[in-house]
Amino acid sequence: MIQFQDLHKTFGAKPVLMGFTLLVPDAETMVIIGYSGTGKSVALKHVVGLLQPDAGDVIVDGRAVSSLERDALTALRREIGFVFQFAALFDSMSVFDNVALGLRRRDLTEDEIAERVHEALALVDLTGAEGTYPAELSGGMRKRVGIARAIALRPRYILYDEPTTGLDPVTSAVIDQLMVRTREHLGVTGVVVTHDMRSAYTVGDRIAMLYEGKVRQVGTVAEIQETEDPVVRQFIEGRPA
Amino acid sequence: MRDLARAVPDVAVWGRLTLVQLRRVGVDSLPVALFIAAFTGVVLALQASYTFKNTVPLYFVGTLVGKTMMLELGPVLAGLALAGRVGASMAAEIGTMRVTEQVDALETLAYDPQSFLVLPRVLAGTLMFPVIVALAILTGIITGWLASLALLDLSTQEFLKGLKLFYLFKDTWFGLFKSATFGFTITLVGCIVGLNTRGGAEGVGASTTRAVVYSAVLLLVLDAFWALVLLR
Repeated sequence: MIQFQDLHKTFGAKPVLMGFTLLVPDAETMVIIGYSGTGKSVALKHVVGLLQPDAGDVIVDGRAVSSLERDALTALRREIGFVFQFAALFDSMSVFDNVALGLRRRDLTEDEIAERVHEALALVDLTGAEGTYPAELSGGMRKRVGIARAIALRPRYILYDEPTTGLDPVTSAVIDQLMVRTREHLGVTGVVVTHDMRSAYTVGDRIAMLYEGKVRQVGTVAEIQETEDPVVRQFIEGRPA
Repeated sequence: MRDLARAVPDVAVWGRLTLVQLRRVGVDSLPVALFIAAFTGVVLALQASYTFKNTVPLYFVGTLVGKTMMLELGPVLAGLALAGRVGASMAAEIGTMRVTEQVDALETLAYDPQSFLVLPRVLAGTLMFPVIVALAILTGIITGWLASLALLDLSTQEFLKGLKLFYLFKDTWFGLFKSATFGFTITLVGCIVGLNTRGGAEGVGASTTRAVVYSAVLLLVLDAFWALVLLR
């Protein structure tokens, strides 16, 4: 279970999170929606300790992330897969090595690592791409490698940062299916940050809207689709102000 | 420095990567360092001859070429060249990794960027710079000797006589020790500046420039510091 508890974060003079509170129960996929620059990715990075909150905290299975010692934080990170907005693949490594990198921090033999890499790449329909390099891949393929890298770790949680941003509608739908398939196959708890409403409706069990640093509304897909909150309504319908 | 010390026990990560960096720092930097040293040796011989003419015996050309290459120009010129070559490249590479979230990705994969990125590069710089500088010094002395033979009225015996005249073993270790500290500083600055890169391509460009400027300044300050501490 992931709990965002009254999270505050300011960059320079700009407050981004101002009391962000949200509960993500186990085995659920929570989608966080909101306008660009409202702090969705910032909230996500707090879960793995990439950012330190000014106040409040993120609690993962009872562990307050900001106060974890380095070893405990590393142990927590081993339980979490993170899919970055632009995949964040290592340019100098092949697809195989990108996916294998996290596995090399575990007590696994080379054969077991290879098996896990092939399995993860098969799950994202990239069998045979092991020897290619990130520069040779399309945007959609890079994102799929990013997902493979996360799921190869067999994490308890997967965090997706804007997984469909910049992709064409068909590739976006493929990524959405992949996220659904990942949840069904691995039963992981997921947090997806996006402003792509089609994606949010497809992959989310519940949806939370982040607005002015706080959760404006949280509910099931149906509840969000039928909301009468004017701010949420305007966002999900994509109407200009 | 504390972050770097924290990474030391993580040998499984930095051990293999250090070998890769040793090759990169060493092999990639050698041509530019030797090129500079070769021409410096020739110029030193010619300038010494010009200065000593009719006042000091010409075999002192060997003394000046040897001492200057070992104590100062070998380490410093190679160091300045490598600040541009190695320090800038590390700042650009790590800076790009920072702005494209690759450094964040490393952390989420349970790697410490200090042991994955910084320690291998700093170790490689500290270990390889003395090797590069030793070869640069040797090259400078050889080209100085060849210039003396070809362009000045100096024999090999005379050049060697001058070279040995005031030679102390300290001349060798001082230059090499100094170059190890230059290697440490240049690579550490490149890595720190790279890790602190913000923004996109512009940020990477600014970091690259900053790494070269900081390295060059620190290198000259260190050069003066070691002269003050070890040569007095």
